[in-house]
Amino acid sequence: MSVAYLRREPAQALPPPTFARGPVAWMREHLFGGAWSALLTVGSILFLIWTVPDMVRYLFTDAIWSGGGDLCRKAEAGACWSFVRQNLPFFIYGSYPQPHRWRVDLWMAIGAGLITWLLWPNAPRRSLGAVLFIIVYPIITYVLLSGVSATPGALFEKVPTNLWGGVFVSLLVAVVGIVFSLPAGVLLALGRRSKLPIIKLFSVIFIEFVRGVPLITVLFMANTMLPLFVPEHLSPDRLLRPLIGVALFSAAYMAEVIRGGLQAMPKGQFEGAMALGLNYPKMMRLIILPQALTMVIPGIVNTFIGLFKDTTLVAIVGIYDFLRAIETRRLDPEWAGGTTSTTGYVFAAMFYFVFCWGMSRYSLYMERKLAAGKRR
Amino acid sequence: MTDAARREETAKVSLLYDPRVRGIAFQALLLAFVVFLVYEAVTNALTNLNQQKIATGFGFWDTVSGFDINQALIDYSATSTYGRAFWVGLLNTLLVASIGIVLATFLGFAIGVARLSSNWIVAKLSMIYVEVIRNVPLLLQLLFWYNAVLKPLPEPRNSIVMPAASLGAPHALATALCAALGLAGWFAYKRAKGAEDSTATMAMATLGSIAMALAAAGWLFYGGLLRFAGESGVFLNNRGLILPRPSALAGFGLVVGALALGLVGAFLFRSWARKRQEATGKQAPVGLASLALIVGLPALVFFAAGSPIEWAYPQRSRFNLQGGLQVYPEFVALLIGLVTYTAGFIAEIVRAGILAVSKGQTEAAHALGLRPGPTLKLVVIPQAMRVIIPPLTSQYLNLTKNSSLAVFIGYPDLVQIFTGTVLNQTGQAVEVVALTMLVYLTISLTTAAFMNWYNARKALVER
Repeated sequence: MSVAYLRREPAQALPPPTFARGPVAWMREHLFGGAWSALLTVGSILFLIWTVPDMVRYLFTDAIWSGGGDLCRKAEAGACWSFVRQNLPFFIYGSYPQPHRWRVDLWMAIGAGLITWLLWPNAPRRSLGAVLFIIVYPIITYVLLSGVSATPGALFEKVPTNLWGGVFVSLLVAVVGIVFSLPAGVLLALGRRSKLPIIKLFSVIFIEFVRGVPLITVLFMANTMLPLFVPEHLSPDRLLRPLIGVALFSAAYMAEVIRGGLQAMPKGQFEGAMALGLNYPKMMRLIILPQALTMVIPGIVNTFIGLFKDTTLVAIVGIYDFLRAIETRRLDPEWAGGTTSTTGYVFAAMFYFVFCWGMSRYSLYMERKLAAGKRR
Repeated sequence: MTDAARREETAKVSLLYDPRVRGIAFQALLLAFVVFLVYEAVTNALTNLNQQKIATGFGFWDTVSGFDINQALIDYSATSTYGRAFWVGLLNTLLVASIGIVLATFLGFAIGVARLSSNWIVAKLSMIYVEVIRNVPLLLQLLFWYNAVLKPLPEPRNSIVMPAASLGAPHALATALCAALGLAGWFAYKRAKGAEDSTATMAMATLGSIAMALAAAGWLFYGGLLRFAGESGVFLNNRGLILPRPSALAGFGLVVGALALGLVGAFLFRSWARKRQEATGKQAPVGLASLALIVGLPALVFFAAGSPIEWAYPQRSRFNLQGGLQVYPEFVALLIGLVTYTAGFIAEIVRAGILAVSKGQTEAAHALGLRPGPTLKLVVIPQAMRVIIPPLTSQYLNLTKNSSLAVFIGYPDLVQIFTGTVLNQTGQAVEVVALTMLVYLTISLTTAAFMNWYNARKALVER
């Protein structure tokens, strides 16, 4: 008996796929996975063909590596690297007097050392590093950069802030923001989570107010209103005003990041600490904050990235940061015109990119490291 | 233990260690400190202002400003008041922010999705975009767009004329050819897809997509936009982009009315369709109907009313261009900078939001028999949006606040006009800065309040 719809022989095996692995299969899957994907691939390749050779020509082969501004004004000139090379000291130190520039170098070296100590997860005695960075380093900064002696020719002769400029001012603004915002952010975050209504109210008002306005208006306020609010003889220095503005601004953002960490702490940690008989300051210092801060390191670093990018805004109140130094020199009659503007901006972009990208890589690394314990 | 004894025991705790007393003491201290600060600030400010002979109060509001603003959405001239200048600045801020938010959303979503694309080259390119944009200060990008890209454009008399009319005809032909080739390639691909010969599929797909890309490019650049521009006159120079200026003729009100009608109709249709779907399970083509109502209806009325728009074309004079609608380079630079920068951040938010929807959701949707399109539309996107929207709003706020960087490139926004020029002329720092901050604060807090309401509405209802 035979049923028509019953199959009698096994179905033919399908032929093996032509390419299952190897570059061709990879290309088929990742570049030509469908009509739309193929279209995108072709479009992207056309885009790259259109842009990359021109970029290489502009940045390298046609670039002017040495010589004056006249060479860069020629029609076929590429990037004007000689502009960067010849103005590099100005870009780094501004008009800081030549014989005292070693102080800036030393300041940067100490800062780099301390920051490495703090950021390296396995470094010994990081708490000591933190104390040095937050308490001792600001004093070193003042002595080295501003100077203490009024006599001309002294080792630490006073250098007025209107001569400061360039990369080191950008770094200074960032460091002041970082050093101030961490402790202030911790206090504000604790204040916002406090049960005491007045403390909570003030913290909330401060945080929400600062986060609700642009940094530029805070800088304007620091620059124009701050001198009005203090007696005339106490009027803060031209550079100090934006530093205060940046410090307050970053403290509010830091407070919110830290509050996130505090909120993520399990209740058992608070209860355990209290059961041990610890009072509030001890509970925070020994149990809660070390864990909460570690938990939000990626967020803290991201706030630093934002802060570092925002340091460029201090130019609005007349501070010669790195970007402003480039702006000044690119308009200098000796260099103005030609490709100097673009070159200056590309150089500045590379500088900021290296710092910010480095920080974001670090934050990703910490994120993975912190998640390691929770991964199953 | 009696009540009295217990009371006695609690009373034994020294006042110094009573948490309640301590709390009150701390708060009183803080309050006293803040009151002291405010008092000091006010008295010092009053003395200093007196010494510098600066007026206080908002008396300057109705004083003639005496400066001009090139871009004003409302009538403004040098004889207008400071108060008027404030509104001009505020409107300019809102203009660039609202256009920027719309464009940044589209660009950000496109790039965020592209980063998750299975296409390797597209994913890598969007990754490079995001990394570069996010790690370079916005101010630097604005200066780059303004000083390095828009300023070196030719002077008005050597304006780049966007039409290239002579190129029109040959390019239209080439475009048509490419499109035909592309269509052929696509059909070939469709047919080859069923067959087992995969190499042919690939070859056809490639051929088709190259032709389609060429056709699209050709159509976009020559066949479409520029040919249209060739007849109407679009000029690009270092004073900005000069477009024909549209002005409404009689009957344009009908078109606006039709648009309003279309919007209301689309909304009603949508709610009707939803109700019907909930009751009967039948679906209605909401998207198509909305498109027809919102775009189709006004377009129909527009042509029926005899195209009631008149275009004033810019005319070349010897050194300059006259007439037309001028889009200032400051505006363009600010817009490009804000859009590209914010899009980088939005892209990351979108990517994180899509990744936050667990794979099980997609698999379950597939198991229910939904095809990839509906899976995305009905299952993945609604869940991703819940994660995306809160940080997206804060990016919108960031864009609005970042528009204050306009002051660096001279776009007349609120900060540039008010905290810049008005502050310099009047010297009334406290009033001017406070008012500016108040505006931004109002925008931020209103948005935050709206977001809280929205979040409460969209929050996951669990058990």
